[in-house]
Amino acid sequence: MRLRRSSIHRIVTPNSQSDWLFVLPGLLLVLLLGLPLLALFLRAANPDFLNYATSETALAALKLSLVTSLISLAISLLIGTPLAYILARWEFSGRAALELLIDLPVVLPPSVAGLALLIAFGRRGLFGSWLSALGIQLPFTTAAVVIAQTFVSAPLFVRSARIGFAAIDPQLEEAAHVEGATQVQMFTQVMFPLAGRALISGAILAWTRALGEFGATILFAGNLEGVTQTMPLAIYLGFERNLDVAVVLSVVLVLVSLILLGVMRKLDESQPR
Amino acid sequence: MKSKIFALLMLIVLLTSAACTPQATPTAEPPAPKTLTVLAAASLTESFTELGKAFEAQNPGVTVVFSFAGSQQLAQQLDQGAEADVFASASKKYMDAAVTSKRVSADSAQPFVKNRLVVIFPKDNPAGIKELKDLSKAGLKLDLGDKAVPCGQYALDFLDKAIKDSGFDATYKDSVIKNVVSYEDNVKAIITKVSMGEADAGIVYVTDVTAAVADKLGTLDIPDALNTIASYPIAPVADSKNADLAKAFVAFILSADGQAVLAKYGFLPVK
Repeated sequence: MRLRRSSIHRIVTPNSQSDWLFVLPGLLLVLLLGLPLLALFLRAANPDFLNYATSETALAALKLSLVTSLISLAISLLIGTPLAYILARWEFSGRAALELLIDLPVVLPPSVAGLALLIAFGRRGLFGSWLSALGIQLPFTTAAVVIAQTFVSAPLFVRSARIGFAAIDPQLEEAAHVEGATQVQMFTQVMFPLAGRALISGAILAWTRALGEFGATILFAGNLEGVTQTMPLAIYLGFERNLDVAVVLSVVLVLVSLILLGVMRKLDESQPR
Repeated sequence: MKSKIFALLMLIVLLTSAACTPQATPTAEPPAPKTLTVLAAASLTESFTELGKAFEAQNPGVTVVFSFAGSQQLAQQLDQGAEADVFASASKKYMDAAVTSKRVSADSAQPFVKNRLVVIFPKDNPAGIKELKDLSKAGLKLDLGDKAVPCGQYALDFLDKAIKDSGFDATYKDSVIKNVVSYEDNVKAIITKVSMGEADAGIVYVTDVTAAVADKLGTLDIPDALNTIASYPIAPVADSKNADLAKAFVAFILSADGQAVLAKYGFLPVK
């Protein structure tokens, strides 16, 4: 998938007139993406920044967001890796449909995801009523937050991991089998190291997506401080209650996302194919 | 936000399809088409949609576009400079906010209806709610509005009044608050979650129990002494580009015809 940068980059400065045909429209998009973030940072730059950032609501939301998104990441890794391997290596009927199912949550509006989760796993839902009979009720719980986050973020990891596994030469796997490697050894010593970059960037993408999850959470899990109110929910309600708290929380989320994306980029550059 | 945009799109679709039907009165010179943008509290969704159509029928060439959302959101949007012609709020607080941000002039806001709170529960009443005291039963799942949403604040006011009332324990408020499973960002979300049976009870406006959901919900009245009778103010936006039309719309809402439609949806008259 990755194009080698050096071979496609033209080393030019925009000097001829036709180059401006690229620069000007490009600049517009850069402004569209950059100006709102700039405004956010300027608005947040006030003496009360720390007070807002360390308010009870903000800290509770930050903690809940970190805990739930890390749990949903762990779940994605645990049950997403085997599925990614199956999709990369096995041939079976219905594979295309399965891939479609996994890609769908990536493009689906999160509110659709939340509604679907509620109809399926709500206490009166299609399957939730069985859970309810066992005494398990998901809506309005932290578990529902994790489920909503996993629903929207796990597919990002599976997609990336599948591409990573598929890029490994099958002969290496066969060689490992011939040498007598067990399935576990094969994974820890061949597949994981070779697909490492794809796995890590998939994990970071999934994590940032889980951190930013909003629509599915408020529909399926609800909004209660310390239980289901993650940072995006606190920001949304902060918009209505106190704009400054919302702005400060947004800046914190932007910074966390920037750090994660930066780490991903570094990994991308440091690990040659 | 999303539901607002969706509602807008639906309205545009509705209005354009209505505009396509042939009309039988082409004699007079058609007036220049105008669009009137009305920001209205979510609890006015059904009644104002009907009133908008009636206003359009009276004013050929005028298209009324509504943006329904929590009053606090609408006030915030006005503060941020959203273009609009009329603002109808579910509480005086957010009309005052619009006055503070100089989008509404202080003397132009006037109350046009009143609303009151009611306790709702799923029709089969899983928590067995028979009286207001039952809201404090341990383990009940109660869905309220966020305190930024007028109906959420009024629900808290109800609890404050209840603990001063001899009929309730001093711990009533705390036990009820302990039962809250979610603070929703708008009143319609409470209706949805209670009518789906996900929550055992909710506190909403009487007018939110619309015909569409009435058969899925049971209601329990909150007596006047404990209830907050919410007064809804309406005002033309000060910098409206259609000032005359905005004033005409406000007058229409206050007219006997307008009040009759609002009464049909369960709103109480102002006086």
